[in-house]
Amino acid sequence: MDGKTNDILRKYPKGSRDSLIPILQDIQDQDGYLSEQALVEVGRYLDLPSGKIYGLATFYNQFRFGPPGQHHVCLCHGTSCHVTGAGDVRKELEKKLRIKPGETTRDGKFSFELSACMGACHLSPLIRVNGRYHTGVKPGDVKEIMDSYIEGGEE
Amino acid sequence: METRTHIPVAKDYLKDSVLLNESVDLPSDVEKVLRFVRREKVKYPVVFVGTGSSGLISGAGETLDQVKRYLGDRDIKAEVVETGSTGYCTMEPVMEVQMPGKTRVAFRQVTGDKVPFLLDGVFNNMIPDVQVLGQHRNPSLEVWKDVPFIDELPFFSIQLRNLLRNWGRISPLSIEEYIATGGYRSYLKTIRSYTHDEVCDIVERSGLQGRGGGGFLTGKKWKVAHTVIADQRYLLCNADESDPGGFANRAMIESDPHRLIEGVMIAAYAIGTSKAFIYIRNDYNTAISRLEEAIRQARDYGLLGHDVFGSGFNIEIAVRKGPGAFVCGEETAMISSIEGKRGMPRPKPPYPAVSGLFGKPTVVNNVETLSNVPAIFENGPDWFRSIGSESARGTKVLVLSGRIVNQGIIEVPLGTVVKDIIFGAGEGIPGKKGFKAIQIGGPSGGFLTGENIDTPYDFESLEAEGVYMGSGGMVVLDEGCCIIDTVRYFMDFIQKESCGKCIPCREGTRRMLEVYENITRRPVDENGHTTLERFKGVMQLESLAEVIRDTSLCGLGQKAPNPVISSLRYFRNDYEEHIFDRKCSAGVCKELRLFRIDVDKCTGCTVCAPKCPVSAIIGTRHHPFFIVEDKCTGCGICYDVCKFSAISVI
Repeated sequence: MDGKTNDILRKYPKGSRDSLIPILQDIQDQDGYLSEQALVEVGRYLDLPSGKIYGLATFYNQFRFGPPGQHHVCLCHGTSCHVTGAGDVRKELEKKLRIKPGETTRDGKFSFELSACMGACHLSPLIRVNGRYHTGVKPGDVKEIMDSYIEGGEE
Repeated sequence: METRTHIPVAKDYLKDSVLLNESVDLPSDVEKVLRFVRREKVKYPVVFVGTGSSGLISGAGETLDQVKRYLGDRDIKAEVVETGSTGYCTMEPVMEVQMPGKTRVAFRQVTGDKVPFLLDGVFNNMIPDVQVLGQHRNPSLEVWKDVPFIDELPFFSIQLRNLLRNWGRISPLSIEEYIATGGYRSYLKTIRSYTHDEVCDIVERSGLQGRGGGGFLTGKKWKVAHTVIADQRYLLCNADESDPGGFANRAMIESDPHRLIEGVMIAAYAIGTSKAFIYIRNDYNTAISRLEEAIRQARDYGLLGHDVFGSGFNIEIAVRKGPGAFVCGEETAMISSIEGKRGMPRPKPPYPAVSGLFGKPTVVNNVETLSNVPAIFENGPDWFRSIGSESARGTKVLVLSGRIVNQGIIEVPLGTVVKDIIFGAGEGIPGKKGFKAIQIGGPSGGFLTGENIDTPYDFESLEAEGVYMGSGGMVVLDEGCCIIDTVRYFMDFIQKESCGKCIPCREGTRRMLEVYENITRRPVDENGHTTLERFKGVMQLESLAEVIRDTSLCGLGQKAPNPVISSLRYFRNDYEEHIFDRKCSAGVCKELRLFRIDVDKCTGCTVCAPKCPVSAIIGTRHHPFFIVEDKCTGCGICYDVCKFSAISVI
């Protein structure tokens, strides 16, 4: 049994159904994703079928089931970003990274996600890469921004 | 240099002299101390940096570092304070400086590199002309010459800031400063001198309506939950603001978390519960950490916990992180999510106020609704009734974004005319393009056009125009935006976020999205009756929208067709243009675009031809090239690469 998952479970001694989501959130904060093994362990602890837990986790946008890439790219796709051209930026990102939102590149370098709104509409469209923000992004800038991470990652 | 976020005033002093003092006006010696806490009088210069999340994205973190470095390098005795956002997002990062004896002055767009220049100026009693935003009003201090007052700026002059009054002024991480602005006194007055029923009555009398979009009388809701006999009740605060383009609640928590907590406590007392949850979206990191810190401080002061200030009232507030589902903004879906299930709504009745979380009476209130509560008890229900219009009392917090000069968060009395908001506070549209529409209320809202922009902003007037207020988002569209594309975007969003429980919403929104995808792209295959199918879809759009509206289970589904119905009502021409002419005059719908090469301008440089993904460009070197219309997919790559502007959109 994975010791780290166990530590998290121990924080929820009651083991009731309503602690399921906080447990999954803690595991994802720690591991970056929900592994099959973790889901099975949580199921055993809460006495729930792991299929049911998987069903719940897939319902919510927060949970992911594979490790995130080395560089996690998040594009804001709120209404304001959309009217200022986030759709084109998205297409360009998909083309450049060759993945769709929610996926990770095969070499594990990049993962890509959409966010409903980051709360900085005055700087739209914007991308967040590993917590760093790139604002007022135009489709033409995408290549350069991504390349800067490829180079930075190899150093 | 000195950096502190807390003013060293003894906790017991604030408790005894301020919180437990029941008189309306505090004695002058106490008031003097509070003036010091509020920084109305300062001994040393104070530098404030707005570090809400929109400020941080604009670079406020770097600004803060530079300020600290500047003061440290020069060994200047000054205080650095982190505040929340001022709401004026376009001007961020905002830095404010208060010199001893002078009014507080604000600077706009202060990125890290501009800090030394600005601070050099202010510390030498000179305000640089550039980048000054304005000064705050304070009659007891000397004003800066030739510096406008902040409340005279168009962005602020239209506003009535009750909920937002502490924004950018006090540190959100300091309970002392919140108490010094009158905070937590309403709460203690409530639990010490009113009964549960009286609290519900006062709120009902004030006319406060739910700010989440429903517009139900808050006091009435509380009363229902309070009168149901149960051994446990719950209060839920909905901070799961997942609307694209809506971030007012987030900024409210980041800039003034104690106001929300005080509202939660009063509401919990009113319905007679000891357990409250704040359900906040998981990716609001700054807001979550500030909220948790504020709860910790309140507990430290004895405002939270067992037997608060000897009143016999017990209260605990738990923060639950919403794992990200738009539908969880619906109250029954949120309840399911807190219970550890998929966030799917349940049929109503029974209403949550009768049977909600774990089968117990539960009140679900929005962040903005609860933040309104402390002021009602501070100034009385009649004061609250006096603000706003006949049908809707109080103020509303709005998010201005899109193609508008001043973007940010504002608070206006309900009933303010939309035009005044857009062209007053927003100062109109940047650039030469004309105004087209305002999208109000996020994915479940609708459009206002130039014809009905004079509508007052309140629940009834907007509904008469087919628009729902929603969470207060206002996205301005100019002529460069395509309405059809915007509706398609909303349908795409709703279709993804539909929980899948009821068929009209799950299947219907997908069908609607398909119709929009069909009319925003060129026919794929003319042989397979695609044109006919396309027309069939469009013909059914209106009736499909009505079916979804009438038969969906929850608010998400019922309001999902709003953008469709609203756009069909006001923008029929745009639809016709897309359907019959297969043209998008705004040039947004990429697949409808066709390109043509201007023979006079083309030099035959051959840059475009190899770049074309469908080989639609033909020609020979040094002679003008030609685009084969039937092959062209309108991707626009050739348009972007042409150095001679020889390619144009038809």
